[in-house]
Amino acid sequence: MTYIPNRGRRDFVTAGVAVGGGLLLGLTLPGLGKHASAAAGGAKPAALGPQMNAWLQIAADNSITVIVDRSEMGQGVYTALPMLIAEELHVGLDAIQVVAAPVGDAYVNPGNGGQITGTSNSVQDAWDKLRIAGAQARMMLTMAAAKHWQVDIAECRAINGTIAARGKVLTYGQLAAAAAREPTPKDVKLKPKSEFRIIGKSTARIDSPGKVDGSAEFGLDVKLPGMLYAAIAQSPVLGGKLRTLDSGAAEKMPGVRGVVRTDSGVVVVADHFWQALQARKALEVTWDPGGNALLDNQAISAMLKKTAAAGAGLTARAEGDVAQALKSAQRRFNSTYELPLLAHATMEPMNCTADVKASGCDLYVGTQVQQVAQITAAAAAGFSPEQVRVHTTLLGGGFGRRLDIDFIPAAVEASKAVGAPVKLIWTREDDMTHDTYRPPALEQVSGGFDAAGRLSAFNLHIISPSITARMFPPVKGVDDSVIEYAINYPYDVPNVAVTYSRQEIGIDVGYMRSVSHAPNCFVIESFMDEMAAAAAKNPYDFRMELLHKKPRHMRVLQLAAERAAFGRAPAGRYQGIALMEGYTTHLAQVAEISLEQGALKVHRIVCVVDCGQMINPRIVESQIESGIVFGLAAALWGEVTIAAGRVQQTNFNNYRLVRGNEMPEIDVHLVDSSEPPGGIGEPAVALVAPAICNAIFAATGKRIRSLPIGAQNLLRLV
Amino acid sequence: MTSITVNNQVLSVDAAADTPLLWVLRDHLSMTGTKYGCGMALCGACTVHVDGVAARSCVLPLRAVQARSITTIEGLSKDRSHPVQKAWLKIDVPQCGYCQSGQIMSAAALLKTNPHPTDGQIDAAMSGNLCRCGTYPRIRKAIHLAAELLAASAK
Repeated sequence: MTYIPNRGRRDFVTAGVAVGGGLLLGLTLPGLGKHASAAAGGAKPAALGPQMNAWLQIAADNSITVIVDRSEMGQGVYTALPMLIAEELHVGLDAIQVVAAPVGDAYVNPGNGGQITGTSNSVQDAWDKLRIAGAQARMMLTMAAAKHWQVDIAECRAINGTIAARGKVLTYGQLAAAAAREPTPKDVKLKPKSEFRIIGKSTARIDSPGKVDGSAEFGLDVKLPGMLYAAIAQSPVLGGKLRTLDSGAAEKMPGVRGVVRTDSGVVVVADHFWQALQARKALEVTWDPGGNALLDNQAISAMLKKTAAAGAGLTARAEGDVAQALKSAQRRFNSTYELPLLAHATMEPMNCTADVKASGCDLYVGTQVQQVAQITAAAAAGFSPEQVRVHTTLLGGGFGRRLDIDFIPAAVEASKAVGAPVKLIWTREDDMTHDTYRPPALEQVSGGFDAAGRLSAFNLHIISPSITARMFPPVKGVDDSVIEYAINYPYDVPNVAVTYSRQEIGIDVGYMRSVSHAPNCFVIESFMDEMAAAAAKNPYDFRMELLHKKPRHMRVLQLAAERAAFGRAPAGRYQGIALMEGYTTHLAQVAEISLEQGALKVHRIVCVVDCGQMINPRIVESQIESGIVFGLAAALWGEVTIAAGRVQQTNFNNYRLVRGNEMPEIDVHLVDSSEPPGGIGEPAVALVAPAICNAIFAATGKRIRSLPIGAQNLLRLV
Repeated sequence: MTSITVNNQVLSVDAAADTPLLWVLRDHLSMTGTKYGCGMALCGACTVHVDGVAARSCVLPLRAVQARSITTIEGLSKDRSHPVQKAWLKIDVPQCGYCQSGQIMSAAALLKTNPHPTDGQIDAAMSGNLCRCGTYPRIRKAIHLAAELLAASAK
């Protein structure tokens, strides 16, 4: 098993695949039956061989290359997606090497409307598509063998990388060239679950070896002949523009090859990055701050509050008559919750390497949006999109940050200006102060109990900016990405309404791991705890009674309560519970905490997950652990603050992440399921804050309604 | 030209004396396994060994390491055979993988001085290495496994 780094496949299949076929079943790609234009240049680990379809090449030496069209950012797609093909191709995973797909129509993810890695749906998208691709290739190999031996196809069997019939055996490598000329079969039969040999089994990740010996190639590691390095000076006030520049002193600094004005800032290009950084300090720049000179957290909060007061906004969900139910309720409760801006803080800061030549541009970048990257680079270089070849490297963390392309144009413009390949690197400070932040939110929530004491009304009003309106306009009606989980509010309450008011805040906000699941789950699951307390019921029992029509929800909640011994916390420990359905995955978490003299300690987090059919349970477990750690940092300390239009957090000393010595015990339990696969990269993030805050309520009787928890005076609560 | 010893090789580098070792390794010597994360010794992604001790290469100027012996992830073993690397593969620690060179170098340095660390000692030694993917539970498991592998190979 190998992952072929970017540099080894620079010219790989772009010509062939760009022609693209249809989606899902339309796997016949004109022009791909021939040898792909692979082999030129560089030290290639193995011949890539004839292309069977958009995702699969088999070489004469029997090496099998899977072209993965989703970006590997830790979530495991370079392993999980090949597993789907391997299952139907009847080969072991160790026969497979992986390359990143170029831009191509065949690689569009219909669920995301583009060649996009996001929304935790890579496996959902690939589930049928890649199993069919594997089965079709196996059929084509079988047909080629049957023809060669002049036997009936029914006599041929695919066994571990070979086709056998009447005691004769040919390897896939021997058959590949002939098989690639066979027509793509229309109907293929996929294995039932009972015959899975790869899917559902914990398997070592294909990308691990390069990640333990330092050879894995991230965007930051790209190296091209003659490549120069660049640093960028951007307006310290978000959204500001360059006013004046005197680059005289910088240009005289050692190694400096040029200073380039770009739309996004002033780029200093030098022989080495350290030189570019030193020269950046010598720039004399003034900035026009634009409209954000006075922006701060108070101003943002005031904008959200003003809009909240202006009315209920657009309806996202309405069942029954919430207004009437609240009016006639015996008891009514209203709460307001607030969520801060957050930074993605990927370990690998934003960077991009561009090589602009007269004929086109090669772009080497860790991106979650290959097509958008291509179009963006083309616009920056003055090319048509086809003139830009996107080479996707490994991503040193994505978390949604690399759905944005703001760091790409400056690299392209700089390369074009200096006439050499340029690697533009953002420093940590650049990255932290110029993120596209998780948007803040203000959420108003109301509940009412009827005369019989039943929760009869639930009303949620979400006020926040719309990420989608900026990134993928136009948005008609309610932006789906702001109402997540709320739209799946699972509790059996007769009158439910979810509404949304859009309020922009003057700065760019972006998708961050779990997107609006995190704020909405915090609000809903905290408020359900409030309602349980109002009903004088145990938070677990209260939820279970309202879930009787939701067996998957009930199951995870029940299992989580059992595993965590919910309600039977050891002395001095307190527990909180939370539930969510998101990305078609069902999860429940129990957090166990102690609070001594105001010092919060999270001892343990139990998470039960039903994500449908699992491909590689070990990766599922890792992703759940990962989501919990991500959610923990946000819950405890995550907050980006703004003063005079500038982000005040600059590095890991003032934007605190969880460290190994601060980890609670994490206990993940995966539920066996034959339901279709759900997402695993994001959902676990969202339950951490409500589970912990519900535990704090259990400990103190006080409700935390704004995050992060660390910004609260917990001593006051005790 | 400055000469430095990296992975037992004496190499000459044409870089200013204040250039951090991190950028010397990455840009001048093409050893890109050592990563840039923060530039302030806050995250540990740039961890290498200097005379066998874990050090943050992002804050170590070239002038400070001339007479020292530097080991990077590329020099830890030729074939991923260091017990820490073996354990990392067995437990499948990496997710995005960006911080893992630094994690592995910190873990290897820890085991050099403390071949049987407790959980608390692991936490103390590894607290300078951030992982945004949250691989911490697996890192801890893998360090215990590496300690076992080391002990077994010493027998």
